[in-house]
Amino acid sequence: MNGAVKLSLIQVISAYIFILILLLIVRKRGLNREKEITISTTRMTLQLILTGYILTFIFKNPNPFITIFVILIMEIFAVQNILKRSKAKISKELKKVVVFSMLIGTLFTLFYFIVIVVNIKPWYNPQYFIPLAGMIVGNSMTGISLGINKLIDGFKNQVDVIECSLMLGASPKDACKPILDNAFDSAILPTINSMVGMGIVFLPGMMTGQILSGSSPLVAIEYQIAIMLSILGSVSICVIIFLLLGYKTFFNNRMQIKREEL
Amino acid sequence: MFEIKNLKYKDILEIEHIIINKNSVTSIVGESGSGKTTLLKMLNNIISPDEGEIYYDEKELNQYDPIDLRRRVVMLPQTPVIYKGSILDNILIGKRFSKSENYNIEEIKVLLEKFNVNKNLNEPAENLSGGEKQRICLIRILIMNPEVILLDEPTSALDENTEDLVVNYVVEYVKKNNKTLIMVTHSKEIAKKYSDYIIEIKGDDLFEWSC
Repeated sequence: MNGAVKLSLIQVISAYIFILILLLIVRKRGLNREKEITISTTRMTLQLILTGYILTFIFKNPNPFITIFVILIMEIFAVQNILKRSKAKISKELKKVVVFSMLIGTLFTLFYFIVIVVNIKPWYNPQYFIPLAGMIVGNSMTGISLGINKLIDGFKNQVDVIECSLMLGASPKDACKPILDNAFDSAILPTINSMVGMGIVFLPGMMTGQILSGSSPLVAIEYQIAIMLSILGSVSICVIIFLLLGYKTFFNNRMQIKREEL
Repeated sequence: MFEIKNLKYKDILEIEHIIINKNSVTSIVGESGSGKTTLLKMLNNIISPDEGEIYYDEKELNQYDPIDLRRRVVMLPQTPVIYKGSILDNILIGKRFSKSENYNIEEIKVLLEKFNVNKNLNEPAENLSGGEKQRICLIRILIMNPEVILLDEPTSALDENTEDLVVNYVVEYVKKNNKTLIMVTHSKEIAKKYSDYIIEIKGDDLFEWSC
């Protein structure tokens, strides 16, 4: 198979017609979103150009330290995004739990995928490591974001139920079980749902990219299946670690609810 | 049984010294916002005082394992909390929290009858009326067989006749089984009729008398 068709600058620019159409619709309907659309399109373009150059440099100079540095940057941005996306105030302790669960869940899955599933040598090969890390970290970030909102909402809306359970002698873990189950369910559901339509309703980004760059669809599918399972694994591990440690931050050492933090 | 010394909680409650006796029925009365529920929650270790000490069986509350203490000193909140599931699930939830699955279904049926709840145990609990929910929550506590029962306005959703019937049964149960009952109530009549001791919280002052 041949590689992807190389796009000229004019061809890339011609794709911006879709943004012009969107801007026209928005203006016509008076939605007042022109500024956001322009900023996000500009940001997307600049970020991707910059990433393209950085990745080219990294791919040409594979180095374990650079690979680790890149994944750390990804983790930092992911954590910042989770904290920014949360509607409610997040305590310092809960922030630490976000960092811990993101690091443990994503790194464990990533290394398992790289070393056991794909068996890439050397393990830090940036051509594999970085795109895979991006997918795993990005999806886990969305999972924890959903989990954090559900956890905080659950505590706010059901504080009386949790308190009643404590009054009856429940452990904090038993008292929070319905909230934790609901948060876990909400956090993994988008990943499960996306798996249902995969291959029929849409072709996933990674698979599309591989096919466009000349890989056989069968090879692309093998990778896609493995990465989807890893994403689901990472989201589940991150969210369950986050929830099982996170609920504890709402209680003091006397197993009383910290109402002032709700 | 309970001894409270120099207790202070925000600007809600201040108690210099008070003793609540074992195997007795004590009612706490006072205006709304006077700190009655706060006091009950402290005895159940749901909140802790800012200052002062609370002793239970001559040991400071802080020295108990909080879960173990709450299983011995169980509290019923004012608003009945109903969990997902059947009436039976709701009655048994307290026992399930303490990992004790043994129960006597006949005993539960007798309690339902005594409390005038003519429902099937397998019916979903969410369909119950406010008063029925309150009685189910009370039954939930009774079958846990705790040493101390703390009730926060246990009959607020009941009519006068049912209120009398329910309180009468609970007091009888407490006396017969050598338990201790501490009850917050808005009704001075109920307090006078059934209590061995009454604690009245009035502003910063606290009055206690035997009945």
